[in-house]
Order: sequence, then structure tokens, then C-alpha cells
Amino acid sequence: MSRPLALVISAPGTNRDIAAARALEAAGANARISPVAELLTQPALIDTTQIIVIAGGFSHADALGAGRVLALELTHGDGGRVGEALRRHVDRRRPLLGICNGFQVLTRMGLLEGALAHNESGEFACGWVDLEIPESNCVWTAGLDQPLSCVIAHGEGRYVHSNPQELAQRQQIALRYAGSNPNGSMLSIAGITDPTGVVLGMMPHPEDHYLPRQHPQGLRSSQSVRPVGLAMFIAGVTYASSL
Amino acid sequence: MTQVWRLTVTAIDIDPRDQATRAAAHLGGFSGITELRTSDIYFLVGDLHAEHRSQVFDLLVDPLLSVGTWEPPSGPAIEVSLLPGVADRAAQTLLEACQILHLPVTAASTGRRIAFTGDVGTEQRTRLAARVLANPVIERWSADHIEPAFTGGDISSGIVEKIAFRHLDTAGLQRINAERSLHFDAAELVHLQAHYQSLGREPTDAELETFAQTWSEHCSHKTFRAALITPDGKRSDSLLHQLRACTDQIDAPFVQSAFVGNAGIISFVPGISLALKAETHNHPSAVEPFGGANTGVGGVVRDILGSRHLPVALTDILCFGPPDTQASTLPEATLHPQRIRDGVVAGVADYGNKIGVPTVAGAVLFDEGYTLNPLVFCGCVGIGDGTPVGEPAPGDRVVVIGGRTGRDGVRGATFSSAAMDASTGHVAGARVQIGDPIIAKLLIDLLGDPELRYRSLTDCGAGGLSSAVGEMADGVGADVELLLAPVKYPGLEPWEIWLSEAQERMVLAVDPADMATLATVCARHGVEWADLGAFTGDQRLIVRYAGTPIVDLDLDLLHRGRPGREMLMHLPTPVRTPDPVQISMTADEVRAVLLELLGHINLCSRLPIIRRYDHEVRGATAIRPYHHVPGTALLTSGPNDAAVIAEPTQSHGFGIGIGVNPWFGLHDPEAMGWAVVDEAVRNAVAVGVNPDKMALLDNFSWADPNDPHVLGALAASVRGCCAAAVAFSAPFVSGKDSLNNTHIDADGIQRGVPPTLVITAVGHVEDVTRTCQAALGSPGNLLVLTGRTMAEWAGSHLQMIRPEYWAQLDDLGVVPQPDLDAPTRYRRIHAAMSAGLIEACHDLSEGGLALAIAEMMISGGLGAAITDLAGSAHDLATALFSESVGRHLIEVRPQNLAALSEALGSSVQVIGHVTAAAELRILDHSAIALADLRAAHHRPTAVFGDAVLSAAVSTGTKHE
Repeated sequence: MSRPLALVISAPGTNRDIAAARALEAAGANARISPVAELLTQPALIDTTQIIVIAGGFSHADALGAGRVLALELTHGDGGRVGEALRRHVDRRRPLLGICNGFQVLTRMGLLEGALAHNESGEFACGWVDLEIPESNCVWTAGLDQPLSCVIAHGEGRYVHSNPQELAQRQQIALRYAGSNPNGSMLSIAGITDPTGVVLGMMPHPEDHYLPRQHPQGLRSSQSVRPVGLAMFIAGVTYASSL
Repeated sequence: MTQVWRLTVTAIDIDPRDQATRAAAHLGGFSGITELRTSDIYFLVGDLHAEHRSQVFDLLVDPLLSVGTWEPPSGPAIEVSLLPGVADRAAQTLLEACQILHLPVTAASTGRRIAFTGDVGTEQRTRLAARVLANPVIERWSADHIEPAFTGGDISSGIVEKIAFRHLDTAGLQRINAERSLHFDAAELVHLQAHYQSLGREPTDAELETFAQTWSEHCSHKTFRAALITPDGKRSDSLLHQLRACTDQIDAPFVQSAFVGNAGIISFVPGISLALKAETHNHPSAVEPFGGANTGVGGVVRDILGSRHLPVALTDILCFGPPDTQASTLPEATLHPQRIRDGVVAGVADYGNKIGVPTVAGAVLFDEGYTLNPLVFCGCVGIGDGTPVGEPAPGDRVVVIGGRTGRDGVRGATFSSAAMDASTGHVAGARVQIGDPIIAKLLIDLLGDPELRYRSLTDCGAGGLSSAVGEMADGVGADVELLLAPVKYPGLEPWEIWLSEAQERMVLAVDPADMATLATVCARHGVEWADLGAFTGDQRLIVRYAGTPIVDLDLDLLHRGRPGREMLMHLPTPVRTPDPVQISMTADEVRAVLLELLGHINLCSRLPIIRRYDHEVRGATAIRPYHHVPGTALLTSGPNDAAVIAEPTQSHGFGIGIGVNPWFGLHDPEAMGWAVVDEAVRNAVAVGVNPDKMALLDNFSWADPNDPHVLGALAASVRGCCAAAVAFSAPFVSGKDSLNNTHIDADGIQRGVPPTLVITAVGHVEDVTRTCQAALGSPGNLLVLTGRTMAEWAGSHLQMIRPEYWAQLDDLGVVPQPDLDAPTRYRRIHAAMSAGLIEACHDLSEGGLALAIAEMMISGGLGAAITDLAGSAHDLATALFSESVGRHLIEVRPQNLAALSEALGSSVQVIGHVTAAAELRILDHSAIALADLRAAHHRPTAVFGDAVLSAAVSTGTKHE
């Protein structure tokens, strides 16, 4: 089976693009980091790729609100052709993952419902959390063991939706914080999927945990290590390979 | 007529800034302020049709989160905006967004509105704005609708002033010195005057400013290079010479470059080098905490980039006044310690988080001595491939890359070198730099691009282009044209361009043949660049404005012509043979003291601050500043001694340990110098760093060195840390001193900081899987104490919280004295750890053994029984709370005890064991519950203002 092609979209201020590319490579994809400036001149790149990840960080300094300017670029760039190509990617049921800043971008682009507000505390929060995986048709979480341990590192991660219960009924909640809610998200939502299940937006960082060693208890082999974030990338790559 | 549009955007539910602003208002004595709402204001200039405005509205207003209005809201409010010339990233981004949307917008500006409910009069609002809501150093405000300011429009006079200087008398020289804030001393003024007399011409303003920056304390370390004289006439080598001499004496094979250039360079693995640097940004952080700390991080990151290394880890050591300081006791125009703390922490977090470099090690200290002079130490470690920085060759182009030049931070080096007084806040405006971490991130991406080719580089730090070009040109010469430098806005005078400390700029020396590649690679990363001129080969520094030379200097004079100093010092005479103290503690008192120490503001949990720093980005953080098991309550987390960074693809890495203890320094600066080196090394050894492969950074923040006693204390601390460095075979590779950390109030009373020496130890970790943390591992394991415990109480935290024990004595005892056996013992501990004999390890420092075991329990979730202290000290208080240096507490499996004893030699004392029962049992005292220890350690989180964490901790307490 050939390795699917994965595109990691970065922008000025993106800082987890390399980690995302490494995780995709470890999961069996051929990953390429594409700065948005390059993408705007070559929107065809999107049509030739099987997996797209919008990586985390602070695109354009989050100066007007997290992810807003990158969403604007991806929607209107190259006369709107980049936005159209991304929608085409989803229409073809190809997997799309937005992590942290990428999640914020996907909600701003209208590819996912809801919005991400400032954390309840008003502060950036970094640490490890455990995630529950509610039942959904999301291709990125299919068959994963839980709880999934992940890093969070965000200041604007409080998920807001006009009717979160309805979202739950539609089984679009892909990930929830287990235990305490780190940012005040409605229903402890950490990630949501679109109705088709190919798009996932999540605040936590599975790409920071593609090796067992990266877990706080993972340095010594004698200690038990929980499921690694790599599993999520493997799920995405497996699904893309099946298309 | 072009119209100015104003959009006001307000959160639908609570804006978290409201709560913070309310708290700040109460802190500032405005207890009547109960309800307020914060909004963002955006100003746009352009002929915007309804459809254009609707696009702007959709960009800035998310219907799920906020509401927006084009009508300026009414009602009592304060509106705040940045002063013209202060970098406004949001406005810049808004302009970029409008370009993407093809909107006819020509200028943008931003602000914020704080609206009050109820009757808050104009006079009260104005006082609130001045004291709490705005910082006059960078912001302006209005009690009504604020008028937007748009940069630009000024026209530069282009005038270069010739200063009448050659024929001045002493008074005249001093007048020029004061008027232009040059901060030359008398000998330097005379020396410069003689130089221009010999040239037969007057200096230009730009030349005098160049000398002032290059010869400033900040840039040239006059005190550290001065010959020191005692009152009886004994001369000693300069402090810098002493530090360098001990590095030469150690002659460590892993040192590639020490005390040269922007950072120290070491290498433990062929083909991989590490660049180390720590800086201070004290004065800027005192007047504009966010921007000061923000650019402190930015500056040290550029130092690493300027050493051909890419940043991979950040450190920060922060010293503040007590949070409960009464606002009414502060002099006019000084900020409250809580406001400084919040701004500094936010500034450190903002920069590190946005450039994607983890902040992994540091310390936070509180003392009244820092109320008027907060200290901010920012450190960085970078990874490189061992390529030296290089030297420019004649003919190379002088290329500036990164941010544009503005009026920000002009004369920062001289500002940082002087004492602060009541007027500092008012005059500092132009001297405070504002950071733009996204440009720094782009510079990191660019300089990491393997296609980029350059001969040499340096960063624009203090003194801006004048010191960057001036330093690179030394040995070759340069000729540059200032009009070629990209500027943020028109109107800059020639000397302002030359001296500006606008951030995120670097200077490269590029072979003309590589210029085309430079253009391509810069375009790829979106980094602006400009070719300012050439390196020449004639050892002269020539700076032009529109072709006319405004600076024409001999580089030898600039870099080596400053007259040396002789300075008088009084060496301290600390207590070394104390009045013996008898402390007898009851079991209840032991419990009370331990819980009080755990919750002490200097010793309690730092998690609320650490959580605001992204310490995980890059995925290379192997040992974290705090150990926390995912899925458990935050109050189950506890501190580690040092951080370990290991690239995910590599089995080896490096560790970073920090040592600092100003309280020892107040009593015995020499012993403090040893103690903080020991502490930094000890911390690093505790996590698995090899003590034979360790380098040190020294950072001194001191008061006024012209006071012979202050200088004597500084010299004593240098002696102490040099002796320790030699004993531990840990060479200094870079250092920085920040002097004149004093505040002179309106009555002329001078207050200086406590003697503060920060030591950063960076060393090699051979195998990241053979590292240790502090958390206890398994019940039944034994607890082994290493080192010797003495009744050394001066500067200890027990003495701080229980001064009554010393009330009847003539003195406060001795500061912990050097343990000459520690270097050998640390090697043995490392060998035992490498052999897998150690389960957990924690260093003993503030609070002594009792605090160490409590912290190991807190993160391990297990109990401990201390059963035998007879071998440790002859009284319980000393055994539990002494802060003697050189000690670790080690957890070992019973079956490994014999092997550990053999590895460590004679110094093994088994003092107890790990228990499944979640309690601390000391001898036959009644047990102290782990839940109580955790609650004490994490309870003061409320004082750090993290509402969510405080709530999580208190919830966790209830569930325990």
C-alpha cells in the first residue's frame, strides 16, 4: 500500500507544523509542510493531497482573534480558489484535521460549527489532559482506546455553540475533556467533527505525543504508558488509504 | 474627504479581562468599582461602502461570541489607545486583512473601551485610568471617546547636529552629558574631548550617541572590567578577569567559545553544539512590565540566533515585591508589585508561546527589596551544528533583516545603566521597546533554512544598528547608508535610525555572490531585508545619511579606547562562627512550620505561572518543570529540580538547573556565590545531568557599585562562585551583569536590590531514559539522605518565618558554607543514577529536608516515614529545616541499597522509607496527611490570580 500524501498548512506564527508532519510520517503518510503563501500560488496542491492538517500556533499573532486572518486567507485567497479546493477536499470525503489554531480556523471558515472564545480564566493554559472519545462517525477517532492523553496549549479554547445538546445528539462531539474542564468549554468539548466525520477540529495536541516517551510517565519503560496521540494520526492515515 | 470608521466590539458573555480589571481597580484602592465591561475598538480610514463595512464586521465580530456597533457607545467609560509610534500589531494585522479583502483602507488603529455601570464620575475615571487601566509609558486615554492616532506624517529634518564640545570646560561637558542623557563619567568625557581636539573637529550627535551606547555600563561592563582597590590599597584583578580565569583553569574540552560574542558555545556530541545565554531586562520591566519582559525574551532569543544557533528552550527568573504591598506605601509613578508580576509573566508567556520555544525552567522570588526594582532574567538555549559565527570579509554586504526601524527603545542601553527615580516612568516612553514575536518566529524559520548563506551575523540589541554594525565591523570596517534601512514610519532623524532599539532585527554579512539566494530565501519566509552598505577593510566606521557621513569613527577607539576604571571596594566581613542557637521544636511546631513553609510565597506551587508558559511545544520536553500525571487533579502535581530537553529523534539531551538565593547574599555574599553554583549543579544532577559535562551562566543584578560596600559584596560573590565553579569543574561560558538596580525617591532616599546572582547550569544527559524526577515511586522503597547537615541558619526560610528563635542571640548565624565533598558525591550519584539504582531524586534547598520529602510525596501520591535522623544532625530543627548545601534525598529499592551504598561511598544515611499510607510520619510524631501537604503547597495559587486553577485545586481538595 502506498503512503498517502499529507499537507500540513502553516502560516506566519504557526509553531507545531513540524510536530504534525513528524506525527503524520510516523503514522505512515508522506508529509509536506506548505506555508499558506505557497498554497495561495498553488491551490492545486490541495487537490493532489489525501490528508490535510492545519497546524497549531499563533497564525498572524492571533492579533484580531485566534485564526481569523488565516481563515480569511484560506477562504478568499487566490480569488477564493483555495477555499473552494478545501471544500472540494471535504466533499470528496478526504480527511481534514485542524489542531488548536487549526480548529479555530475551521470554525471561522464555516467548515465546523461553533466558535472558540477566550479561556474562562482569561489565561493561556498549558498542561496534559485526558480525553474521552464519545460515539461519533469521526474517521480520526475510529477505534481509538480511551482515555487519550494529550497536551493542551491555548488561550482561546472555550468551545461555544448555540445548541451544544443538539450537537451531542447528532454525535458530532468527537472529543471531551475527562475530569476537570481546562477552559470552560460547553459540555467539556475538546473536539468536534462535521456531519460526514472526515473533518475534525480539536484544541489538544496529539502531535505532541506521537512517541510514548513524550508522555510525562513515558520516560521509563517500567511505567505503564497510556495510548499515544499517534493513534489518531494512524486512524486518519488508515482511513485515507482506504479511499 | 476620507472618513474614519470606528467599530466597537464587545463579548456577548463575560470578557475575562473584566474580572482582572476589577481586581486591579480594587488593588489600586478603587473599591467602589463593581461593574465594568471591556470592548475592543477598531479604527479604519478609507471610503468604505456599506458592503465593505459588512465584510469588516464579519471579520471582527463572531456572532456566537461578540456584538459590534459602528456607533460610538455612550455612558461613562475610559478609552485607551497606544501612544503614536508604539507598535500596534493588531492595527497592522487589520490592515493586512483588509488587503486580503481588497478593501480601500489606508490606515488602521486600535484601542479598548472600559465602560462602567453606575455613577463613576469623570474625575474618578481619569484617576482610575492613570493608576490602573492604562500605562502612561505606552498608552494615552480619554474619559470620553478617544481620537485615533495614525502613525506617519512627520517629516525628518535630516539634520545632523555638530556638538560644540572641544572647547567646553568641565561644567560644560557635564551639561551636555546631562542634557543628552549620555551617562559618561568624568574621565570618559575628558578622553573624548581630547580625541576630538586631536582630530580638529567637533563630534556629531550620532557620534556622541554611538560612544554613549558602546561605552555604557550595559554594553561595556565598566564595573566588571574595573581594577578593584581595597581601602588599604590592595589591587585585585577585574571581576570579568576572575570569571574568565576560572574558565581557563578548568579548561573543559566541551567548551567551544566562552565570553566571546552573543552567547557561550559548548558541545557534548560531535556535530551538535549548544549556545547558552541569559540576560536581564530589569529597568524596562519596571516601567512597562509586559513590553519589558516580552522584549527581554526577544533579546536573548536573538542572542542565540546571532550565535548561529536555533532556540529550543527558554528560562526565566523573576523577582518581585510582595503581592500584599500596600499601594499607599509606593512612591509616585511606581507600579504595584502585583501589576508588575502580572505584566511580566504575561510578557514572558506571550513571546515564548508565540515563537514556539518552550519555557521550561526558572524561579519566582518575592522580597520587599524588589518592590521598586523588579528583576527579570531571561535565558535561552539553542542548538546548532558547531559552525562558528564567522567574521565579515571586506566586500561583504551589510544586510539588515527582520523588523522595521522605529522610534522605539532609543537610548535603551544608557537607560538600563542608570538608577531609576521618580521621573523614570515619564521619560522612559521612547526607551521602551515593544516586541513582535511573530517576526522573531519568521527570523527563526529563516535562519534555520539550510539554503540561507551568510558569512557572519549578530543581533540588534541595546544600541541598535550602532552596536550591531559597530561590533561586526570591528577588525574590518564598514560604510553604511541609513536611508536604506526600512522604517516603520517617516520622520525619524538620522541618529534615531542609527540608535533605535526596534526589536526583531539582525545584521548579516553576506558575500555579494550570495545576495540572490538571500533574496529568494527571505521571500520564502516573508522576512524583509535591506542592503545598507559594505564591510570595507579600513577599520573605520562610516555611517551616511543621504550620502553625507554623520559618523566617521576609528573602531579601535570605539571598542578599546574607553579609559579603564579603578573602583574602591569594602569587602564584607560575614559571620562565620555563630552564636550557637538551640531550637527545640515540638511535634505540633514541626507540623505548623512545615505547612507554613510549603505555603510560603517563595516556596509554594509555581504551577499557575508555569501553566501559562507553553512548556511542551517542540515535543522535546522530557523532564518538565512540574510533574503531573494526566487525568489527575492539578493539586497532585509537584515540582521537579530541573528540566531536560531531548529531541524526539535522539536518545541524548541536555538539562537546565537554576541556582539563586538573595537571602544568603544579604548575610554572606561569598558563601552565597558558592551556594547558588552548588544549587544549580545539584538541581541538574538530581534529574540526571552528568556533572562532568556542565557549563554555567552567571547573571548578577546588583545595586549601585559606586558604593564601596555594594561593590565589595559583588566582588565577594564573584570569589565564591569562581571557587565553586573550579571545584565542580563547571566553567562559566557567558554572563551578564545589571548594575544600578536602585531607586531614588523624591526625598533622595536610595533603595537597592538584595545581592542577586542567578546561576544557570546546562549539562549533558547521555540517556534520557536514565533520568529521574522527584515524585516518589513505590511503597517499601528506602529514603537515603546524602551530604552533611549543619546548623547554618542565616538567610534560611525557617529564620524568615520564625525570627523569634534568634531574638536573644547576638547574630543570625552563618550562611550555609561550601561542602568541599559535594563535587565527588555528585559524580557518584550520577553514576548510580546511570546504573539505574535510583528511583527518584530531589535536591534539598529552601525549607530543607522537610520540604523536600513533602514535595516528593505531593507529586508521587505516596506517604513517607522518617524513622532515623540520628545520623543527620543533633537536633530535629536542624535535621528537618537546615538549608545546608550539597544534599539530595534519594529513593532506592531495598534490593539496590547495597549497590547504592557502594556507589556513593560512606555518605549514605537511610532516614526512612516510602509508605502506601498517604501521610508523612516523622519519628513518633502524629502523622501529617498528604492532603494537608498538597493543600498547603497549592493553596496560595489564588495569589497568582489563576481563577480556574484555584477552583480546580479547591475542588480537588474537597474530593481528597
